[in-house]
Amino acid sequence: MSTESSIDLNFRVGGAAGQGVQSVGGVLSKTFARGGYHIFTHQDYESRIRGGHSFFHLRLSDMPVYAAPNRVNVLVALDDRTIEIHEDVMVPNSVIICDRKLREVSPEVERVHDIFDVPLMDIALETGNKLYVNTVAMGASLGLIEFDFDILAGLIAEQFKKKGQTIIDENVKAARLGYEFTQQNYKGTCCYIIKPRTAPKTMILTSNEAIGIGALFAGCKFVSAYPMTPSTSIWVTMKALAHDDFVFVQTEDELASINMALGAAYGGVRAMTTTSGGGFALMNEGFSLAGATETPIVVALVSRPGPATGLPTRTEQSDLEYVLHAGHGEFPRVIFAPSCQEEAFRLTVKAFNMAEKYHVAVVILQDQHLADSYRTVDPADFNIDAIKIERGPMATEEELKTSKDFKSHRVTESGVSPRAFPGTKDGIIATAGDEHDEYGHIIEDAETRNEQMEKRMRKLDALMKDIEEPLTYGQEAADVSLIGWGSTYGAIKEATDLLNEEGISTNMMHVVEVFPVHKVVGEFVTKAKQSFVVENNYTGQYANIIRAYTGKLPTGGINKYDGRPFSPGYIVKEVKRRMGA
Amino acid sequence: MVTIEDYESRVKDIAWCPGCGNFPILEALKQALVELNLEPWQVAMVSGIGQSSKLPHYLRVNEYNELHGRILPAATGLSLANHELVVIGVGGDGDGYGEGGNHWINAIRRNPNMTYIVTNNQIYGLTKGQASPTTDYGMKTKDEPGGIHIPAMNPMAVAISLDCSFVARCFAGDLDFMKEILKKAINHKGFAFVDILQPCVTWNKVNTYQWYRERVYKLGDDYDPTDKFAAFQKAQEWGAQIPIGVLYLFKRPILKDDYVPLQRGTLLDLQKEHKPSQFKDLLKKFF
Repeated sequence: MSTESSIDLNFRVGGAAGQGVQSVGGVLSKTFARGGYHIFTHQDYESRIRGGHSFFHLRLSDMPVYAAPNRVNVLVALDDRTIEIHEDVMVPNSVIICDRKLREVSPEVERVHDIFDVPLMDIALETGNKLYVNTVAMGASLGLIEFDFDILAGLIAEQFKKKGQTIIDENVKAARLGYEFTQQNYKGTCCYIIKPRTAPKTMILTSNEAIGIGALFAGCKFVSAYPMTPSTSIWVTMKALAHDDFVFVQTEDELASINMALGAAYGGVRAMTTTSGGGFALMNEGFSLAGATETPIVVALVSRPGPATGLPTRTEQSDLEYVLHAGHGEFPRVIFAPSCQEEAFRLTVKAFNMAEKYHVAVVILQDQHLADSYRTVDPADFNIDAIKIERGPMATEEELKTSKDFKSHRVTESGVSPRAFPGTKDGIIATAGDEHDEYGHIIEDAETRNEQMEKRMRKLDALMKDIEEPLTYGQEAADVSLIGWGSTYGAIKEATDLLNEEGISTNMMHVVEVFPVHKVVGEFVTKAKQSFVVENNYTGQYANIIRAYTGKLPTGGINKYDGRPFSPGYIVKEVKRRMGA
Repeated sequence: MVTIEDYESRVKDIAWCPGCGNFPILEALKQALVELNLEPWQVAMVSGIGQSSKLPHYLRVNEYNELHGRILPAATGLSLANHELVVIGVGGDGDGYGEGGNHWINAIRRNPNMTYIVTNNQIYGLTKGQASPTTDYGMKTKDEPGGIHIPAMNPMAVAISLDCSFVARCFAGDLDFMKEILKKAINHKGFAFVDILQPCVTWNKVNTYQWYRERVYKLGDDYDPTDKFAAFQKAQEWGAQIPIGVLYLFKRPILKDDYVPLQRGTLLDLQKEHKPSQFKDLLKKFF
């Protein structure tokens, strides 16, 4: 976020699970996006179906935004706990929309902030159902800041299309009553006035949605998965968009998920499985089989804090070293970690190409924070026309006809053997998880073992040429260099800007094609005066990878493992602390 | 015409013990495929881990040699990827009923179009004689000299209770009968489950060829395999009398028929036709 921006507002909607906090957030985000604003959101929810406290953070700006600060300008309270919970992060003179009938506001809060009392519950009941509290609040919020009502009404109609006209009508009515209430009672009294503006049209989506779309465009025809938060929305998105264009199987467990995908991939279709850390633990054995049989597969692993069940709905980058070493034995793999929605889309398409070009497993590793965050993106960044489907070297029909059996693991210079699919006339395509010869039959001798092992491992060198350089940003010679990977991009970039504005010269390197490690990574560390690896984990896993694969030593780490994402402000504070400033 | 020579594997060094019940099973399967006039390239086998899971290496077919217990997920995926393939899974009792039990139950429920052969020797061979899920209660093994103290599972009864669409049992000592059952299984539309009683000449000194021969009997023409309760009752017979043949048949839709895209062709065909531009319009939903 640069200082050129004139509008930079942070909304937070808080309530209990079951009150529709996420729905309000989602609809509001789209409403603002259609009204010409850039949006970044963050979702914070508990592992429960009813009760507790969850919130939806919505940052609105007239400039592109990639992160959410831990700061609130407008708070919408759907329950009696929201104000108390978020009081600490509210800027002075914040706007609070609440229903005093749900809870009286303390004099301290009243003194510092502007309270707009709206009878949310009464209006909801008047419309027909207390569940409409969230819709009333949406209308009331937009009325207060004088936003356009019709955009909201249109979105409500789209949102509830499947539920029928009555539900649409009631929701629109609830929103309208909320809107009219604040218009009539508080017009001209709110310090924030946000009106729709003319701007190029943007798309708005989460990173999980971007992975789902990417998989469809890449031609993923088979997905087998077991539901696991926060990964599930990937295939839910795919099914909602293209139910009749691919095959989905909800499996009995993650052992089945990965092995079913492997069976489909052996059959010649592009296959993916999705999961989180715990599910991936069950997949390890199959992940290793992908390595041995050289079956191309994509695993979308959306992390949450561990160990074990950890914090099931929250965020952490603690599975990186695990993925790097996952599976028994040694075999090559590729790890991508998207930094934003556009990259999630691009890397998913690339993941399927890499898997098939080099016959390896590719892991798309992201975490809950980005997976659930809506952001507005420029549709030009989803460059459909540029997508190439690269399936790697294929055996010719002639080859299959003239050779009695097919060498599916032929030893080649690059390590990649031309591929054929079972069911091709005259082709006999065999492979095994046991060490095998070029024909895929079980062997025991040392010489063949070495040939096959070296052939497989050579692919890591071959695929290196497709690994792109990490992104660098900021001035060449800086006092502070920040290093990040995956979902932390937005927060680190904004922190870099803020630090430079405060006179601490800072640059950054951000890695999304995480493994194998690009040589630029080591060079960046060497050039840096002081480098800090910013990551959402305790042990500094990417810092460890830098040490192991480049031999370079970053100065230190900025780590966070409380299950919450970095805010730019947090990084700035931590950098200053290390600088003694 | 397809001949038995077409199925001759390039692998000559067979890792089975002399006299192993897997030999006649391999022979019966080859003969069944030849009699069904299937070309080797039309057949894809998926196996797991254990002596019987080496079987696909010993005939000439497409093959995905999986991990221990994971035959059925991979075979299901393969059968959905290309439903024109004749998919046959093969593995042992430890692989299928132990390690892969959950997959077996769920494969029966899904009903993919494939054959699943369990070569059931009631013992673990490759790990040297431990009890398997089908080892009889009380049998003494090297590791349990006091005898196995949990009852054996009944694969026939489990499969029937789940309405498996084809449930059969054969005996490795009767090659012709085995061949005929395998032909029926391969021709069956849906999940055809065949448990083959297979003597382990090295580790199971109780359930020998002789032991089975004295007990097995073929289900007669008067037996109605579509009667679930009769089938369940038949499945309880184990001891002096062991029925072999098709125990249960249940008509139900196959997995592939649930998928709209697979009504247009194989998923592999769909894959080959894929063009990114076909999805261009779906981005509109995100504005």
